[in-house]
Amino acid sequence: MPTDVEEWKDEVYGTDIRDHIERFAEDGWESIPEDERDAWFERFKWYGLYHQRAGQESYFMMRIGPPSGVLEPGQFRRIVEIADEYARGPVANPEFGNGWLDVTTRQAVQLHWIRIEDVPDIFDELEDAGLSTVQACGDSWRNIVGCPVAGKDKHEHVDANELAYELHDTFKQNEAHSNLPRKWKVSVTGCDEGCGQGDINDLAFEPAEKEMDGETVTGYNVRVGGGLARNEPRFAKNIDVFATPEQAVEVAGGLSKLFRDHGDRDNRYNARIKFLVDEWGPEKVRETLQDEYIDFELETAGEDLRHSYSYNAGDADGKHDHVGVHEQVDGNNYIGLNVLVGRLGIDDAYEIADAAEEHASGEVRLTQRQNIILTDVPDGEVDALLDNEVFDEYSPDPHPFRRGSIACTGTEFCSLSIVETKNRQVRFSRWLVENVDLPAGVEDFHIHLSGCTASCAQPQIADVSLRGMKTRKDGEPVEALDIGLGGGLGENPRFASWVADRVPADEVPGAIENLLENFADRRTDGESFREFVADRDDEELADLVEPEETSYEDPYMHNTKQTWYPYAEDDGLDEGPAPARADGTPIPSDD
Amino acid sequence: MAIALRTLDDGAWISVNDSREVGVSDIWALPTREFCSCETPHVLLEAYSAVHVSDHRVLADAVGMCIECGTRDSIDSLPVGRIVDGEFKPYEPAGVQSTIPDAVDGAARSSFEPVE
Ligand code: HEM
Ligand code: SF4
Ligand SMILES: [Zn+2]
Repeated sequence: MPTDVEEWKDEVYGTDIRDHIERFAEDGWESIPEDERDAWFERFKWYGLYHQRAGQESYFMMRIGPPSGVLEPGQFRRIVEIADEYARGPVANPEFGNGWLDVTTRQAVQLHWIRIEDVPDIFDELEDAGLSTVQACGDSWRNIVGCPVAGKDKHEHVDANELAYELHDTFKQNEAHSNLPRKWKVSVTGCDEGCGQGDINDLAFEPAEKEMDGETVTGYNVRVGGGLARNEPRFAKNIDVFATPEQAVEVAGGLSKLFRDHGDRDNRYNARIKFLVDEWGPEKVRETLQDEYIDFELETAGEDLRHSYSYNAGDADGKHDHVGVHEQVDGNNYIGLNVLVGRLGIDDAYEIADAAEEHASGEVRLTQRQNIILTDVPDGEVDALLDNEVFDEYSPDPHPFRRGSIACTGTEFCSLSIVETKNRQVRFSRWLVENVDLPAGVEDFHIHLSGCTASCAQPQIADVSLRGMKTRKDGEPVEALDIGLGGGLGENPRFASWVADRVPADEVPGAIENLLENFADRRTDGESFREFVADRDDEELADLVEPEETSYEDPYMHNTKQTWYPYAEDDGLDEGPAPARADGTPIPSDD
Repeated sequence: MAIALRTLDDGAWISVNDSREVGVSDIWALPTREFCSCETPHVLLEAYSAVHVSDHRVLADAVGMCIECGTRDSIDSLPVGRIVDGEFKPYEPAGVQSTIPDAVDGAARSSFEPVE
C-alpha cells in the first residue's frame, strides 16, 4: 500500500507547491488547515523548508543548497543578510548568541527560526542573487556535493564543477525526476584527493581514465548506493561503468529514473537506493540501467585514482581537508577557514564577507567538513586578509581538536534527535584543547557528533564517532553517547567500530583523553590513529576507552528534547512562544 | 469521527489528526514484555515504524534500545495513548505498559489511564 507521503506527493509536489507556500504566507501560519498540516509540511521540504521540532511549531528550518558549495561573489553576503533579517530566534543560544547560519556536511546552509510569512520575500532575495532552496530537502535530487575547490585546485583531474552544474541545471525542477521514492544524494569528485566523499552518497562520480578507440579519455567511474543512516551504513558500490563527461548526465538521469521506478515506495525505511543495491547487487543495477534506461553501449569502468585519495583517509600525513592557505592553479590562493561545528555568527559572517570582497574575489565555498573557503586571494593579499581579527576564531590554522569537530543539529531543532549536539561539541573541543595533548605528529583528529542514527554529522567516518543515546547515571536517565573508533574514507574506506555504548555525555571528554593516552603509549612510530584501530579488535579497543568524569562540565545532561528550547530560562515544552504569528506573538491554543 | 494516524519524518513522531503527539527519544518502561533480560526494560525509542488503533488504544511499532543492557530490537504494538471522545490522551512513557492488547482485561486496563 502506498504510504501517506506517496499519496500527498501524487496530489501536489514539485514546483506546484510554490503557489501554496505563497498563499499560506499571505494569509499567515494559521491559514494552513489543521487537518492538512502533515501533508503540507512534507511537501514544503521540496522547497527546502523543514518544520522544526515539537515545541517550536510555526518555525521552520530553511536549507539553501549551492552545487558543490560554491557561493559566487555576492551570494554569501546575501545569505548573511537574509539570516540577519529573518533567522533570529525568540531567545539566544549561550554559545552562539542570536543569529547565525549553519554550514552543513553536504555543502549547504541552514537557517533556523524562519516564519512562513517571510518565505516569499526570502525566496525573492535568494533568487535575485541566483540562489535557491529547491529540492534542498524532500524526495528528490538533493544538493549536489563535490570538490569544494574544483576549478582552482592543483590536484584536479577533471573539472568536477562543470558536471556538478550540469547535473544541477538538468535535474532541479525537472518534472521527470521531481518525485523519487526518497532522497537522492549525488556527489561529483574531480581530484585525486577524493574530497567529494562519493562513497557515502546514493550516486557518485569519481575521476577515472579509459582507453577508448586508442585514446585515453578522462571521465568518471560510477558508484551507487552509499549512505550512513539508520544503523545501515553502506559504501557506494562500483557498478562497472565509465562515463565520459558528455555521457555523465545521461547516466545520472538513467540511474535516477531507475531509482524512481524500482525504489520501494511502500516502505520509506526500505526506500533508499542502497537497499535496492543490496537486493539486486551491482551487476543487476548495471544491467537494468543498460537495458531500460540508456540508449548507447555503456563503457566498463576505467582506471580510477582512489589509490591517491588523501581526504579523511587516516594516514599520518597527507591533505585531509581544505583548511589553511593553498596555492591555486592560477597562482592565487584559496584559504580554508575552520568553522567550529559549522556555525557562523551573523556579525562575524559580515566581516568575513567584507574581507573576501576587499582582498579577494568575494567568492566563498562550503566544505563537507562544515568549513568555508575564500578563493582567489592574490599572494600579496593573504596577510592583509588574515590580519582581520575575525580569523582568530575562524582560523586557517586551528587546533586539531577544533579542526576535527563536526556536529549535527541535535535537540536544538531536530525531531529525531536524542541528545544536544552543537553546544556540547563546542564545549568538548574547548576542554580538549585546554587539557589534552595529541600524540607527536598527529595533526588531524576527527571527532564527529550526531544526535541520532540518521548520522547527519557523518560519525561513522571519523576517528572518534559519537552518537546520541541515553543511559542511567546515579539512578537518573541522562544524555549519553555511543563511541565508535577508526572510521574514515580514502582508497579503502572504513566505518567506525562501535566499541563503547551509552557513555554518559559528561564522561566522554575523559574517555577521549584516556584513549589518546593509551594510543600514545602503545602506538608504533608514526602509526596513525586509524591504523592503530584497524590493528586491534573491538574488545581491546573497548578497554582503551575508559570513560571518566573530569573537570569538564556538561549543562545538557537532562532530557533536552523535553524542552521547547534547551537553553531557555523557562525551558518547559509548554513554556515556549510557539506557535507564533509572524511578529513573534504566541498564538493561544483553543483548548 | 475518523482519526488520522501516521508516523512521520522517518519515524520521528506519531501524528494524530495532523498534530505531533508522541515523539522519539523518550524512555519507556516495558515491564511485562520480553524485550531483554532486564527485569523492567527501560527502552529508549529511536523511531516509530507504524501506528494503528485498536479498541481506542493507539499502538505503535517502534525500534528501541534498552538503556540498561543495550539490547536493540523492534517492539510491536506499544500502547502510546488512547482516544477518548475523539481526542488523543497520551500515556506516560515512564508508566507501566503492556504491549499485548489481547491480554488486557478490565483490571489491567486501568493501568493505561493517561497520566496528565
Ligand atoms: C526525519 C528527520 C531526518 C532524517 C531522517 C535525517 C537524516 C539525514 C541523513 C541520513 C543525512 C545525511 C547522512 C547521509 O546519508 O550521508 C542528513 C543530513 C543532514 N540533516 Fe538530516 N535528517 C532529518 C532531519 C533533520 C532536521 C530536522 C535537521 C535540522 C533541523 C537536519 C539536519 C541535517 C543536516 C545539517 C545534514 C547534513 C547536511 C545536508 O544534508 O545538507 N536533519 N539528514
Ligand atoms: S543526526 Fe539525527 S539528531 Fe542529528 S540532525 Fe540528523 S536526524 Fe537530527
Ligand atoms: Zn535490558
